[in-house]
Amino acid sequence: MDDILLLEAVERYLSGDMSFEERAFFEDLRKKDAEIDQLVVEHTFFLQGLDKYGSIKAFKHSLHEVEVNLGEEGILAAPKLAGKAKVVNFWDKYKRNVAVAASIAGFISLLTLGLMITYTKKYGNENYDVLVKELNKTNSEVYQLKKTNNIPVVTQKPEPKVDFRGTGFLIDGKGYLVTNAHVINKMKNIYVESTKGQYFTASSVYIDNTVDLAILKINDTSFKAIATLPYSIKKSNTDLGEQFFTLGFPRNEIVYGEGYVSAKSGSDGDTTSYQLTVSANPGNSGGPVINRNGEIIGIITAKDSKADGVVYAAKSKNIFELLEKLKKDDAKYELIKTPVNSNLKGLERVQQVKKMEEFVYMVVGN
Amino acid sequence: MNTIEQDQLLLKGLAENDKKSIEAIYRLNYTMIQTFVLNNNGSVDDARDIFQEAMVVLYEKSKAPTFSLTCQIRTYVYSICRRLWLKRLQALSKFSIQVESLEETIPVDEEVEEHEKVNNDFILMEHAMGKIGEPCKSLLDAYYLQKKNMQEIAVEFGYTNADNAKTQKYKCLVRLKKLFFTQYKMHN
Repeated sequence: MDDILLLEAVERYLSGDMSFEERAFFEDLRKKDAEIDQLVVEHTFFLQGLDKYGSIKAFKHSLHEVEVNLGEEGILAAPKLAGKAKVVNFWDKYKRNVAVAASIAGFISLLTLGLMITYTKKYGNENYDVLVKELNKTNSEVYQLKKTNNIPVVTQKPEPKVDFRGTGFLIDGKGYLVTNAHVINKMKNIYVESTKGQYFTASSVYIDNTVDLAILKINDTSFKAIATLPYSIKKSNTDLGEQFFTLGFPRNEIVYGEGYVSAKSGSDGDTTSYQLTVSANPGNSGGPVINRNGEIIGIITAKDSKADGVVYAAKSKNIFELLEKLKKDDAKYELIKTPVNSNLKGLERVQQVKKMEEFVYMVVGN
Repeated sequence: MNTIEQDQLLLKGLAENDKKSIEAIYRLNYTMIQTFVLNNNGSVDDARDIFQEAMVVLYEKSKAPTFSLTCQIRTYVYSICRRLWLKRLQALSKFSIQVESLEETIPVDEEVEEHEKVNNDFILMEHAMGKIGEPCKSLLDAYYLQKKNMQEIAVEFGYTNADNAKTQKYKCLVRLKKLFFTQYKMHN
C-alpha cells in the first residue's frame, strides 16, 4: 500500500499537480532519500517509454488502416498470393485422404438416404413435422432467447408498442438482414433500430424454421444503402476452440460478449449449429458471432437453461443455403450480394467492434 | 507548392498521426520501395514490412522537437529502407551482399540504430502489456494511452468510485513495471 501512495506522489510530482509546499517537501525528500530519487528517475523513464509505446501503437494502427485502404485500391498488393500456393501444396499432400474421406462421405449419405426413406415410409408425409416436434420435445431445456418485453423502447421516431426484442445484422448493404426465425415468428409488425438510433420498418422475405433463420428487408425509403460492409460471412465450418466475439441487444443498448467454439454441433447433435461458450441472454437471438478475422461464423439462437454458458448458434453457411433457396423462389432477389472480404482483419478488437456495431440492428416488434 | 514545402506539411501531419499525410507518403514512395525490395531478393510482404518500419522511423523523427529534414522525404525513406533491408539480408546470410541502388542515398546508420533501440523497447512494452492480463491491460490503456480521466474510467469499468479505480490502476502499474524492467535488464 505504501508503494502505491509513493507511486501516486511521484506521478503527481511529474505531472506538476502538486501544490508549491507539497512540491518543496517532495523535492526535499528526494534529496535526502536516494531510494525515492531513484524511483522518480526510474518512473520518469518508464512513463516516457509507455508514452512512446502508446504513440507508436496508435501510429502503427493508422498505418494499417491506410494499408487496408490502399490495398482496396490496388496500390498495395494484397498479401494473398502466398495463400494460393499453400492451398495447392495442401491439395497435393492430402489428395489421397480427401478421396478416402469423399468415398466415406458418399457411403454415409447413401446410408442416411436409406434411413430417411424408411423413416418417411413409417410416418408418411407427416415426418417433417414429427421430426421438428421431436427435436423440440427432447430439447425442452433449450429455450429460445427471445425477450418478452412489455416496456416500450425509447426511440426518436413514432413509438410502436414493442413485445419482442432480438438482434439482426446486415448481410447486404441494400438493407437485407439476417435474424432468427423465432425472433420474428410472433411479430405482426417488424422494426429494426440501429445503434445510431435510426428506426426502420422491415418485413420478412424468407423464413426457415428448421435452421431457425430468417431474412428481413428494410422497407423504409429513408434507409440509405451501404456500399460495403466491413465484415464477411464464412462459408466453411469453423474450428473447435476458435475465439469470437458477439454483439447483441439483451438490453436496449448494444452489448459485447466474448467466447469460444466449444463443439461442432448444437443441441442433440444438430450439425447445422455450433455449441459456444459465451454469455448470452434473452435478446441476443439473431446476433452475429464474429471471429478475429472479422468473419461471421454463426448466429446466436438459443441457450441451455440448465447449464452455464452453453449457447447454440446456427452456422453461418446456412445463410448461403437460405439465400440460394430465396433466389430460386423469386428472381428479384438475385441481386442480393453478401460481402466477400473482411476489412477487419488485423485490427484491434475495439476497432473491429467500432466498425461493426452500426450494422448490427435491434429487431423489435409486436 | 514546391517539394520542400510539401514535405514539411507532410511531416507535420505525420507527427500528428494524420491519416491523410500517411496515405500521401505511401502513394508517393511505396512503389519505389517495392521495386527496390523485389529487385533485391525480397517479396511484396518484405517490402510492406520494411516500408512500415521506415514510416515508424520517420514518425519518430517528425515528433522530435529539434527535427529538421535535410533532404527530401523520398531520399530519406529510400535510405532508411535500403539500410534496413541490407541489415536483414546480412542477418539472413551472414556475409555482406551487394545491393543495387539507383536512387540517391544519405547515411542513416545512426537513425537505424536509434530505431532499433526504440523498436526493442516497443516490443518489451508490448510483451509486458500482453502479460498483465485483463482488466489491467484495458485499465492502463485507458489511463496512460487514451488519457482518459479516472472518473470516466471508473464508470466504464464499473468501479464504485474514482478512488477505487485509481488504487486498482496503481496495482496494475506496479505489475507492469516489474514485468517490463525484468525483461529490460535482461536485454540491456
